[in-house]
Amino acid sequence: MAAPLSSKTFKFELVAPERILASEDVAMVTVPGSAGEFGVLADHAPVVSSMRPGVIEVQDPSGEIKRIFVSGGFADVTGELCTVLAEEAVNVNDIDRSAVEKKLEELRGQLAEAADDVAKAALARDIAIAEAKLAAVA
Amino acid sequence: MPSLKEYRNRIASVKSTRKITSAMKMVAASKLRRAQHQAEASQPYATKMFDMLSRLVARINIDTTSPFLLAGTGNQDTHLLIVITSDRGLCGGFNGSIVRKARAQIRELLDEDKEVKIICVGRKGRDVLKREYASKIVHTFEGLGKKRLTFADAMEVSRFIMDMGGRREFDVCHVLFNRFKSVIAQVPTSTQLIPFYVPEKEAAEEAGVHAVYDFEPDEDEILQDLLPRNLSVQIFRALLDSAAGEQAARMTAMDNATRNAGDMINKLTLRYNRARQAYITKELIEIISGAEAV
Repeated sequence: MAAPLSSKTFKFELVAPERILASEDVAMVTVPGSAGEFGVLADHAPVVSSMRPGVIEVQDPSGEIKRIFVSGGFADVTGELCTVLAEEAVNVNDIDRSAVEKKLEELRGQLAEAADDVAKAALARDIAIAEAKLAAVA
Repeated sequence: MPSLKEYRNRIASVKSTRKITSAMKMVAASKLRRAQHQAEASQPYATKMFDMLSRLVARINIDTTSPFLLAGTGNQDTHLLIVITSDRGLCGGFNGSIVRKARAQIRELLDEDKEVKIICVGRKGRDVLKREYASKIVHTFEGLGKKRLTFADAMEVSRFIMDMGGRREFDVCHVLFNRFKSVIAQVPTSTQLIPFYVPEKEAAEEAGVHAVYDFEPDEDEILQDLLPRNLSVQIFRALLDSAAGEQAARMTAMDNATRNAGDMINKLTLRYNRARQAYITKELIEIISGAEAV
């Protein structure tokens, strides 16, 4: 448990379409941006980034780190606020490894049988998400 | 004049109707609370996404190379209407008002020689529109959110629309739904989904005035990602509003029905008593005149 890099805190919001999942004061957030992971501290320059499936690391002021898996989405960062819009978000500790493995296998099976390109693309995307999820637990 | 027994039977049947309507009212009330709560909870995501999109759109120029979801095809010839109604009836004028609005819009478009395609969400709307515009209905979604509306339901609809858009089967897309204004007022609303309605420049500037944003990877790529999601979100909001409105309309309708049943019972009871009295009087007269005759 490393001490936070900065003692200054800012607000972190995790918003899903159906509700707000988290809204808290934090010291640092690491976001899996689609152009690469980036860390956010207080007074970060304003940026909007899309995200790939991956893990958001949230460090609260006491230095405790929470890991949240997101299936993709967007991060909107201003100096005092970091908002993450995600369609699916789960705490990494809550991921059931065997269930994900099973799902992944199923999806791969479906991909092998899929005929048209649209279905293939959708399956490929789901597989990428499942793989990222698996990597998050490992 | 109906016999006493007939009155008794009618009173009993109206009473059991009242029991049903008052139970339905209470069920609708509790479902309404849940639906309203859900609609509120989904607000932040929609607002945030709209903010982000407005900021983004303010920074780029819309031209023919812009994504389909943002700029449409550039034509105005084929209109896709998504008509959101409920699957179940007994909710007053809820479905009627939306169908009326849809019909007006369809007629207007047809008068202008535009082509119209319809996607129905909810069985009630389809049943009515089918009579007149069966050939124009391309698809019907039924049983969405039977238990609880989820974002996946909205994605199912938006994916279908995007598939159609990918094949360039329409130019403009509107969604018609009952906007939930309050428990007693649902406003039939028609909102343009595609091309994306660009907010006024000032509004966009207001949203972005705080800071100059960096976009990562870049504006176009985020836009590609953001637009389909925004479509889902808009549809999700329309579905949620409609679901809340349906319960509100049902609650009001059932409340009225319960009250009417009560009035009816009072009236019938009055008539029943009057008939009973007349019957007794008649019997007395018969007995007395019988006794007098002896």
